[in-house]
Amino acid sequence: MTEIGIEGALRPKALANPPQRRRSNGRPVWEEPPTAVGQVGKGTVLIVVMALVLVPIYCIVVTSLSTQAAINQAGGLVLVPHGLTFDAYRQVFDNGTVTRSLEVTFGITIIGTALSMIVSVLCAYGLSRSRSFGHRPILMVLIITMFVSGGLIPSFLVVTELGGYDQYWALILPNAVSVFNILVLRSFYSGTAADLIDAARLDGAGEFRILWSVVLPTSRAVTAVITLFYAVGYWNTFFNVMLYMPTDQQKWPIQYVLYEYVNQGMTMPGVANSGYGGIHTQTAPLSLAMAVVVLTLLPILIVYPFVQKHFAKGMLTGAIKG
Amino acid sequence: MAAITTGGPAVPEPAEALPQELGDLLPADPGDAGLRPPGQRKLNWRIRLRRDKMLLLMTLPAIALVLVFNYLPMFGVVTAFEFYDPLVGVLHSQFIGLDNFRQLFADPLFWTAVENTLAISAVQVVLFFPIPIVLALLLNTILSSKVRSVVSAVLYLPHFFSWVLVVSVFLQMLGGAGLLNTFLIHHGVSPWNVMTDPNTFKLLVTSQAVWKEAGWGLIVFLAALSAIDPALYEAAAADGAGRWRRMWHITLPGMKGVIILMLVLRLGNALTVGFEQMLIQRNAVGHEAADVLDTFAFYYGIGTNNYGYGAAAGLFKSVISLLLIYGANRLAHAFGEDGLYRK
Repeated sequence: MTEIGIEGALRPKALANPPQRRRSNGRPVWEEPPTAVGQVGKGTVLIVVMALVLVPIYCIVVTSLSTQAAINQAGGLVLVPHGLTFDAYRQVFDNGTVTRSLEVTFGITIIGTALSMIVSVLCAYGLSRSRSFGHRPILMVLIITMFVSGGLIPSFLVVTELGGYDQYWALILPNAVSVFNILVLRSFYSGTAADLIDAARLDGAGEFRILWSVVLPTSRAVTAVITLFYAVGYWNTFFNVMLYMPTDQQKWPIQYVLYEYVNQGMTMPGVANSGYGGIHTQTAPLSLAMAVVVLTLLPILIVYPFVQKHFAKGMLTGAIKG
Repeated sequence: MAAITTGGPAVPEPAEALPQELGDLLPADPGDAGLRPPGQRKLNWRIRLRRDKMLLLMTLPAIALVLVFNYLPMFGVVTAFEFYDPLVGVLHSQFIGLDNFRQLFADPLFWTAVENTLAISAVQVVLFFPIPIVLALLLNTILSSKVRSVVSAVLYLPHFFSWVLVVSVFLQMLGGAGLLNTFLIHHGVSPWNVMTDPNTFKLLVTSQAVWKEAGWGLIVFLAALSAIDPALYEAAAADGAGRWRRMWHITLPGMKGVIILMLVLRLGNALTVGFEQMLIQRNAVGHEAADVLDTFAFYYGIGTNNYGYGAAAGLFKSVISLLLIYGANRLAHAFGEDGLYRK
């Protein structure tokens, strides 16, 4: 029987040689001392690469906090902060569109992530015993969907024929299950020590009990990482909105608001975007737009540091998804 | 099954080490060991079914979702052979055979989309693919684990940004009123709006993809690097190999399996190039430059209510993609690697 290589690659194998052990502190004795040129070169490359990621984010945050005068003086994005103000944020929150879309997005993210995690954890655990009845065909059914898909139009027609147009569930259910995530969870669960599980069973624990009290507590890192994956997916919901609710502005999640008002330059209702007669003219549209960008970015920036440290531990080989 | 049989310690030959490492070591039979009396070959299926009833029930919600949202659409590809009428649905629409495909293959817009897809894919393989490998090699030579973790934390971050956000960031950097043009105008150079220039669009989308995903691509190569046995380096150093020779003779052979696996995946996905990314920027650069197979199916299928036509374009893409995955795997096998699945 052929073994799907991707599944093998997902196993938490790399843990056998954790990077920390490879180089605990400093250079092994047999390695030649670093050259000065090499050190400077490496340092420069790393700093440039990091700056490419961080500087744009920094500029956007600073601009969102800048006054019209500072923006005019810089002629656009502000690099050196002076004249800071929260006006743009005040205006964004006064304006119902963005507040409403944040509510919608948080709702979708929380409900969707909870649903996805419950479904995925149950499924991954159900498939984690290597001799259990029927787990192989079920696994095949799941893995096939990673390579074969009906395509965009048939998926769209299935959702609309089920009545999903303009419904929030159309933003959640079609992508609620990620087979990749289930495979990652499963590979960790099947690594749970068998004697722990047997001991729990001798104590009279059922499968749910074993999952809740034995398996989940021993796999916190991977649970955190997969939760982040799902949550970010829902937070970034964009295309499904374009497909299933492109017209009802009251239901737009934040990414779609960002797309319409910042990328496509649509005028946000209630904001003096181009006119000069409004009350809010002291805040430039640019700082307002950047405030929306920052608001879509912020939840990710807040959660990221707590989960990021688990990537190396729990997800070393997880990037296969590409 | 093939994967469990040869599990063993790290294999000395570096060229062999990686596929073994990745595929073969999983704990043999973790859950079952305590349940089955030793010596008994296989339990009656009825007993196993009753024993595992709960486990099967647990998979049901996921299976149900996959059946509805993944398998139902697979049968929905019949719309590619229909004149789809939303009022009567997939089942009762008029069957028109290959008409949609005839129309599709005569459509110059479709061939533009195919051409763009392949061109962007090719540019990305050449310009994107090596970057994570080089970064991983570089990061791997950094001794301080603190520096390494800070750098990788920063580089992974953009992976979690949406495409709308990434394009917004690029718009502010390279767009008409962005940082680059403010600088150019300030220094008396004529401005260049990169975001709306169709001629450089392929490079623009590649640089966006690099910005968003190159850091994340590191993870898999760093894992491959950390799986290389340090004793190999020590032995090579003792034999007088310098750092470049060690990289050439130990590091790169040790990464070969993963590099080929990632290339296979990339080739299999050659027809999938940043759907959302194109969608978001299509208005800015025009459809001539930004239409790829996916956006073609979207705009000429859903956008014009010509669902059968879009489904035909989608089916074309799916079939070619499957062939590509198959071909790429044959190629990997020819190189003596596992690829996505084994022979």
